[in-house]
Amino acid sequence: MANKKETVSRTVMVALALCIVCSVIVSTAAVTLSPAQATNRLLDMKSNILAAAGMLPKGASSDRIEELFSRFDVKLVSLETGEYIDPESLGLANAMAYDQYQASNNPERSENIPASEDKAGIKRQADIAKVYILREGDEVTKIVLPVHGYGLWSTMYGFMALQGDANTVEGLGFYSHGETPGLGGKIDNPEWKQNWIGKKIYEEDSTEPQIRLIKGGVGADAKDKQHKVDALSGATLTSRGVQNMVNFWMGDRGFAPYLKQLRSGEV
Amino acid sequence: MAEKSAKQVLFEPIFDNNPIALQILGICSALAVTSSMSVTLVMCASVIAVCSFSNLAVSLVRTQIPGSIRIIVQMTIIASLVIVVDQILKAYAYEISKQLSVFVGLIITNCIIMGRAEGFAMQNPPFLSFMDGVGNGLGYSVLLVFVAFFRELLGAGTLMGYTILPSVSDGGWYATNGLMLLPPSAFFIIGLGIWALRAWKPEQVEEPEYRMSRQTVKEAF
Repeated sequence: MANKKETVSRTVMVALALCIVCSVIVSTAAVTLSPAQATNRLLDMKSNILAAAGMLPKGASSDRIEELFSRFDVKLVSLETGEYIDPESLGLANAMAYDQYQASNNPERSENIPASEDKAGIKRQADIAKVYILREGDEVTKIVLPVHGYGLWSTMYGFMALQGDANTVEGLGFYSHGETPGLGGKIDNPEWKQNWIGKKIYEEDSTEPQIRLIKGGVGADAKDKQHKVDALSGATLTSRGVQNMVNFWMGDRGFAPYLKQLRSGEV
Repeated sequence: MAEKSAKQVLFEPIFDNNPIALQILGICSALAVTSSMSVTLVMCASVIAVCSFSNLAVSLVRTQIPGSIRIIVQMTIIASLVIVVDQILKAYAYEISKQLSVFVGLIITNCIIMGRAEGFAMQNPPFLSFMDGVGNGLGYSVLLVFVAFFRELLGAGTLMGYTILPSVSDGGWYATNGLMLLPPSAFFIIGLGIWALRAWKPEQVEEPEYRMSRQTVKEAF
């Protein structure tokens, strides 16, 4: 087959033409479909928040999720002072437009965590966090807080939901992690997640989080059992990661200043 | 090679020349995505789409492709199609695309698709190549659905998410078989499937490469 099509210039031409055609097809698909994908990602995030708060009905339609989520008030909180931040001061139209994990890569809106304080193993942290508040009348009934921390293999991303007293756990859920399936991966197990409900983060009048994941289960008469959760068997390091993550985010570098103000009714 | 009709190229790969069962290609994804039926069906649809359209595209430009870069040309076409499929899944079937995660991207490396592009579409006209792609995609799908049927039914007691055998953890009687949800079980099921297929169509049994000669015992003294 020694014909024209084997010359160098033709080979280059064919390769170039193919690249152009393929890149046009791929970019057209990516651009035209990206609004639908963004809607899906947002809906997924909303259903994760509802799931952590124990409000996600099984097999809920997208309309139902939107409706349930719209009852939440989305607020931006300064982690340092615990006060609410006006989204417009950041140049954003509303609090929903803020991306906390993107901000943690922005040097102006985040800071390094000193290694001695970096219990959760996340190295950098945004200055401002996005929280979700559910009110009934004037009273706060649920608070959903974003949390993340390093487990055994991966950073685990999730939401911690608290009851209106800003101390009792309403639920904990993860939406992204890469822990060992069947061992650390059991942080997704609904039965294990049930263990968290009703646990207390703080002692009375303290801002020091007390959550402990302990081996061998929590007996009915265990000391401080309101702070203790059964660790996952076969996943010591993942359990430790979860414990550190919760205590970091509920501590002084996390939401403790905000929750304190919330309890005293200042915000 | 004798000319084949469109019907032949469409139906032959399903049982007579199944890409997984006879050619033993594409096993990797057969292990990964068969733990539940709904995920498997989406994966099968994706593979059928990619395989047929890549065959069509390769066949359309087959006279123009210089021999020295033909593999990379096929690869580029396949990769572009896979990205498009991945984008469509993310837009319209988000939940399932999350479960399939990396395996949609790995369709690019699925040996069946590359094999059909190089082995069939490079020599045959577009329509026939398109049909061959659909046929081989279907052959892949038949085996995957067969594997997923047993894995989901025995592993979780459900089919397409609907409970068939009520499991003990939900208060029923069926003790689920955890092995079925792990990838090795797909090997066993594929193996048993190939055995069943070759018992039905004995012409698929390969000739052994050599036969053991009878053991002869030599008297030492």
